[in-house]
Amino acid sequence: MIHEYEVVIVGAGGAGLYAALEASKKAKTAVFSKLYPIRSHTGAAQGGIGAALGNVEEDKPEWHAFDTVKGGDYLTDQGAACLLADEAVQAVYDLENRGLPFNRTPEGRIDQRRFGGHTRNFGEAPVRRACYAADRTGHMILQTLYQQCTKNDVSFFDEFHAIDVLIEDRKCAGLVLIELATGELHIVRAKAMLFATGGFGRMFRITSNAHANTGDGPALLARRDVPLEDMEFFQFHPTGIRNMGILITEGVRGEGGILRNNKNERFMERYAPTLLDLAPRDMIARAILTEIRDGKGIKGDGAIDDYVYLDATHLGREVIEAKLPEIADFCRTYLGIDPAEKPMPVHPTAHYAMGGIPTDTHGRVYADSIGNRFEGLYAAGECACVSVHGANRLGTNSLVDLIVFGRRAGQHIADFVRNVDLSPLPVNAMGSAQKFVRRLFDGKNGPRPAEIKKTLQGVMMRNVGIFRKGKEMAEAVEKLEELRNEYLEIRVNDHNKAFNTNLLEILELGNLLDIAYISAACALNRTESRGAHAREDYPERDDKTWLKHTLAWLRKDKVEIDYSSVDVSVWDPKPRKY
Amino acid sequence: MKGNTMKIYLQIKRFNPEKDKKPSFQKYTVEVDRTDRLLDALIKIKDSDDPSLGFRRSCAHGVCGSDAMVINGMERLACKTLIKDVAEKDGDTIKVEPLRTLPVQRDLLVDQAPFFQNYRKVKPYLINPEHVPEKERIQSPEKRNEFDDATKCILCAACFSACPVKKEVNPAFLGPAAVVQASRFIEDDRDRGFEERLPELDYPDGIWPCENRFECTRVCPRNIKVTKLINLTKRKITEFRKNKEKT
Repeated sequence: MIHEYEVVIVGAGGAGLYAALEASKKAKTAVFSKLYPIRSHTGAAQGGIGAALGNVEEDKPEWHAFDTVKGGDYLTDQGAACLLADEAVQAVYDLENRGLPFNRTPEGRIDQRRFGGHTRNFGEAPVRRACYAADRTGHMILQTLYQQCTKNDVSFFDEFHAIDVLIEDRKCAGLVLIELATGELHIVRAKAMLFATGGFGRMFRITSNAHANTGDGPALLARRDVPLEDMEFFQFHPTGIRNMGILITEGVRGEGGILRNNKNERFMERYAPTLLDLAPRDMIARAILTEIRDGKGIKGDGAIDDYVYLDATHLGREVIEAKLPEIADFCRTYLGIDPAEKPMPVHPTAHYAMGGIPTDTHGRVYADSIGNRFEGLYAAGECACVSVHGANRLGTNSLVDLIVFGRRAGQHIADFVRNVDLSPLPVNAMGSAQKFVRRLFDGKNGPRPAEIKKTLQGVMMRNVGIFRKGKEMAEAVEKLEELRNEYLEIRVNDHNKAFNTNLLEILELGNLLDIAYISAACALNRTESRGAHAREDYPERDDKTWLKHTLAWLRKDKVEIDYSSVDVSVWDPKPRKY
Repeated sequence: MKGNTMKIYLQIKRFNPEKDKKPSFQKYTVEVDRTDRLLDALIKIKDSDDPSLGFRRSCAHGVCGSDAMVINGMERLACKTLIKDVAEKDGDTIKVEPLRTLPVQRDLLVDQAPFFQNYRKVKPYLINPEHVPEKERIQSPEKRNEFDDATKCILCAACFSACPVKKEVNPAFLGPAAVVQASRFIEDDRDRGFEERLPELDYPDGIWPCENRFECTRVCPRNIKVTKLINLTKRKITEFRKNKEKT
């Protein structure tokens, strides 16, 4: 079946929905999503959305931008960070005007709380910048945007999984998708398309990410010679529930929660004397692991399942129930503990991809290191890399990114399609996707996808995790090459067409493998430590050689690497201390 | 974690539209920890025993609403149900079925379209044509709290499935979740859409079929007091009618 639209959006999380709202005002737009829209992972974001409203104390977008740049260990593009911080303010008001139920100050304004790395006056002290709706801010953003899409009759195609993208001569022609309900392949022709497919935390064993976060957009594009940017930078959130990885919001520490080791020490005093438990996530994740390695985890054996405590008992039940009810519920459900009475056992959890599809500040995708772009190809949200997060994202900035750049991309794409025609479809447009799916159904027996996935997640966790070493990453790259070969032997076990979730999982695994392979190769390539990329064999940041973005192509099963420059037009890079 | 492992049976209601005339139960043996989620057990079966087993899942911690199903007769999220909540000891059997009142697509997957149709009917978005005076609209923390409960809804359809009125009395009933969504805006002092929503609630198959059976409240995985919100909305409508008659 062939569909025709002016604008096609893949993914229905925060960025996709915001872009759809904007684009559908002016252009014939459709959203294709592998999940029901309201199930997207934006809904799992908890703590807040950062914006310098100054509702509870003095704040300025300039301070927010600086924190974002410093938080990103100066790999952040500074012009983009200024834009992010400036537009965050109006973006939050827009969400409120559209009905988002933010918590309120006694005066009835949007309430704000502290969050990691967000400071007053260029690093003096924590500032209250995170606007929040209890600890379900992402849920409320997703709901509000979906409500608005309902109001504006945006067209949705639910449970369609993209499997190939049609690009010729750097020009976008359309997309091939598989419909879960029927197993049929569809072609969607479009004047322009936007990828908003979210993250890929599922390449790690312990992650806060949903099962659906398999990097579909970046993987599809990588296979069609689109470069990916800064893939070596993956954030581990310091506080995931031990063994499960379920996120415990930084908002706990924003409200005054404290990390403690087995000696009951507030160990962050030794790592970040000014910001303490509100230092950026990369630093806290490393601090926790260092404590555990030194035998100061709660178990004290330094084993892989050792952990530390996040103590919120002194906040009082009232604060917890009013401002952190979700995490209280998680603790009761999964740990059988009440955070008002007992500390929470936590360990870092794979959380957020700083890298992704390289874009400018309108969401347009770059084709090379000198600023040439694809025509009609856009990306926004976690799958994209503007780059506003640099080498380490600050808490709350992911939601800001979705709203600010989802909207900008949606506006730009709507204007763009007015002056162009549909590109002709390539000859045999469905051929490559058909061939791939047919092979999976050829009746042969192959390895179990779950085994390959387990190995992949284990290798990434052990060898490309928080602390990294060249030798270990080289092993990971080698192992991933093997796994990618084994993947070619996989066949479906379920030969039915309708609702074949076995097929869907195999397709997702292929995406994870490619993304993990590119990430590991980029991590091995960068011989310095910066932000979330912490190498024990190269412990220092090296601005002379490495103040540059990585661009990686997947070509003939090898990763080819080039570099592009970082925008440092506002602040000179300085050592990063908190 | 020693002594936490146990061997249990999952009796799963299966249906494949391409092959089966009607659903039937299939029994699986699975080794789990007492503190595993039921979702973990389903994934284990799919990964190693039967890849054709169909179910939806995403966040795996109770916020996305993908994996609502009927577990031992009660609507629950598979990712928010621990094994120890539904099985006590080695050899116990857990019965797993798809949601009720929605057409089964395959195994544990149901067609959510009728559910979302009803959701859309109540105009689930802020209606307020007035100009926003400056920046944000002002709302007191007290007013904000008045509709807090309803904002927790993740549209998982557990209440829609559990509603005895829908099952036994009136299948056309709007259903609990749609009323919760209406209530979320009706109780929000920034909203002006009460009269616009009224025709979608105040008709025989709208809000009125609810008989206060409380099943929706009992099964809601977000602990929303669903029945209370339905009654609150009913009262609002009755009061509005009364006032209208007076004027």
